[in-house]
Amino acid sequence: MSNRKTKEVFSLDALRAGDRAEFARLVETYYEMIYRLALKMLNDSQDAEDILQETFIKAYQHIRNFDGRSELSTWLYRIATNEALMQLRRKRPQTFSIENPEFSDEAEPEPVQIVDWCCLPEEELISAEAQARMDVAIEKLPASLRVVFVLRDIQGLSTRETGEVLDLSETAVKTRLSRARLRLREDLSSYYAERLGEENRP
Amino acid sequence: MSAHQSCRHLLASLSEFVDGELDEKLCAEIERHLADCENCRIVIDSLEKTVSLYQTVSKTETVPDEVRERLFHRLKLDEFLES
Ligand SMILES: [Zn+2]
Repeated sequence: MSNRKTKEVFSLDALRAGDRAEFARLVETYYEMIYRLALKMLNDSQDAEDILQETFIKAYQHIRNFDGRSELSTWLYRIATNEALMQLRRKRPQTFSIENPEFSDEAEPEPVQIVDWCCLPEEELISAEAQARMDVAIEKLPASLRVVFVLRDIQGLSTRETGEVLDLSETAVKTRLSRARLRLREDLSSYYAERLGEENRP
Repeated sequence: MSAHQSCRHLLASLSEFVDGELDEKLCAEIERHLADCENCRIVIDSLEKTVSLYQTVSKTETVPDEVRERLFHRLKLDEFLES
């Protein structure tokens, strides 16, 4: 898991006292994971860089309030996620539709694309074109589903950690993750089905 | 319950099934269903593949050096850039 690569051994006392070297170490350890999170959330490298910088500026300003009950990585994720969601709200308000998956009892729509595309060759599955489609598919998700998918499946956080970052119950995390994955599956399937069709054409 | 109804009924559990987090009873029910339902087998396979593709691709994505440099500069941590 990416945020477990380096065991968190930071001196909270030094961080709280404003120790620059210790803060630099914190930045070094976590900047990549924060940047990736922001990039997946916003699909724009300039926006992602802004979020990255804002996250650590806020972290430096507020480290005194960090109570040490959660892990530092979780705390950083929380700041970054809030920043990313605010940025999305500003720039792409349509991702915050009235749809609120947490309160909606509506089941996921039935799968439409029933195509077995798993046999496509790897270079086809992750071609540049396919990767662009994958990014678009994430962008189409409402923000509330997108953030759960990015934290759980891309950043590799556990259900519990994702719930901590987002203040959600584990059940809510699982429900949102399921809906996000099913939508992405649907979207990718329609793309790969086209690819399969082309491959089989004489 | 008809085959089709059970597909609907099981859909919401497939994601947890893929993660191996489902309780035994429901897990067994899905496995029984999968034995006779090709559609759900395809949905499960493509669901798993979808997740693993996102993971594969994100592992290959690197963060440009300039992003790190600009970050350290913005945070006035330039002296620590070399480490
Ligand atoms: Zn079925």
